[in-house]
Amino acid sequence: MSQETLRIQKISGHAGSVPGEDTQRQYKVAKLIDVTTCIGCKACEVACVEWNDMPFHETTFDNTYQTMPDTDWNYWNLIRFNEHQTADGTLMWLMRKDQCMHCAEPGCLEACPSDGAIVQYTNGIVDFQQDHCIGCGYCISGCPFNIPKFNKETKRVYKCTLCTDRVSEGLEPACIKSCPTGCLHFGSKEDMLQIANTRAKQLKEHYDFPNAGVYDPPGVGGTGVIYVLHDVTNTEAYGGLPQNPHVPWTVRLWKGPLKWLGNAAMIGGLLGLFAHYLRFGPKGREEDDLQPPQGARP
Amino acid sequence: MSQPDQLLPHGRVLRYAFHERAWHWVVGFSYIYLLLTGLAFWSPWLFWIAILLGGAPVSRMLHPWFGIIFAVGILQMYRMWSKQMHFEDVDRAWMQSMRHYIRNEDEKMPPAGRYNAGQKMLFWGFEICMVLMLVTGVIMWFPEYMPRNVILFLRLAVFVHASAALLTVGLFLIHVYMGVFAERGAFGSVIRGDVSLAFAKRYHPGWHREITGQPASPRK
Repeated sequence: MSQETLRIQKISGHAGSVPGEDTQRQYKVAKLIDVTTCIGCKACEVACVEWNDMPFHETTFDNTYQTMPDTDWNYWNLIRFNEHQTADGTLMWLMRKDQCMHCAEPGCLEACPSDGAIVQYTNGIVDFQQDHCIGCGYCISGCPFNIPKFNKETKRVYKCTLCTDRVSEGLEPACIKSCPTGCLHFGSKEDMLQIANTRAKQLKEHYDFPNAGVYDPPGVGGTGVIYVLHDVTNTEAYGGLPQNPHVPWTVRLWKGPLKWLGNAAMIGGLLGLFAHYLRFGPKGREEDDLQPPQGARP
Repeated sequence: MSQPDQLLPHGRVLRYAFHERAWHWVVGFSYIYLLLTGLAFWSPWLFWIAILLGGAPVSRMLHPWFGIIFAVGILQMYRMWSKQMHFEDVDRAWMQSMRHYIRNEDEKMPPAGRYNAGQKMLFWGFEICMVLMLVTGVIMWFPEYMPRNVILFLRLAVFVHASAALLTVGLFLIHVYMGVFAERGAFGSVIRGDVSLAFAKRYHPGWHREITGQPASPRK
């Protein structure tokens, strides 16, 4: 059995038990992005495209320092640029590295109907398996971060893998490797949280950012990508980072109550109709209709 | 081309003309494909159906096209039958006596016309659910074109599509049960087109009176 299979913790659209669940001793990994020291150089964007051998395509220039309007099926990592004015009138250039957040409770995996198209490894990485993807786009509706992107030619969905190929070989993701300022860190979630909290404390106490803090949203069970922000009370300013992301309520309602209600109704309906036939039988005998009793013209 | 309600020899009457039967099966077969592939996407425990039908990506590709066929068929049914499906006083009375119908005490039922209230509910249920599933289905067909700021539409579409589909499953189960198992002779009416006058008198006394001109006497 391959190590990869044994390291699978959750499988999308899967009936029965998960072969790798709790069989491996692995710590959760995390990527730490210190937004306060990002200079927006885009080295991570290039490294991502390079390492994953993705073709570049023409993009739209919108007069900002942002490479393209949104991430794409072949562009998993994008520095979102936002010119932000604080309450006291100070102008700030906010640069946020946007990519898959590798949620502990992934909405994409929850919504996916295809067996094995999305897996979560024991180390926390959420990975799409395009060979099992059916192109339904349910993951797009399930993601609170607008990450899965559809390829119209292959009819499959793509996103950041957190360089699971590199990580499984003991290497850090390509974006981390390329960062010149050291604003990107990679390691165990525990270590990354510690570094992040220390940095946030520093920003509060020495840099006049009283609202500085760590972004590790509990609504999705915490994420495998955490941010240090100057102001955690206004995450939306960082290129639309949701303040309190959740698996969408429509997905929860659909995969929760609707599913059980629907299953109960369908199975109950079948059993009920069968029971009705046993108890009451057919309404009339066709023989009577075909050969009416003599003298009783219909 | 034959006309419906035409009296035939051997005490039979033509209930469904050829084009009505044909459209019924356009809807029937497309619905069964949609049901099977839809169930595969509904539950991991039924995902094997999609594999049996040529693989899940193929099912995902064909499901919307069969949906279009289904929608056209249901629309055609609206054109053919909607005038006969208006709820009338006898239908309201029929609904109130439904417990007798369930117990096969058909002689205690108010005289239903060409369609009883249950059939009318089936008709309108499928019409409404078809519109819901068509609108939401088109949205889900092309998730890549849904702008992010209105992603709620896609999320709602997935939920409404599944809910409406579940309603049709209930209607479908009862419809198949009534047509194939409970009312002997009903299945033949959508295959060969005709039913016996006794069938008409037993289940649709109002209709029987219309086509024979005889008063509807209660069944012995």
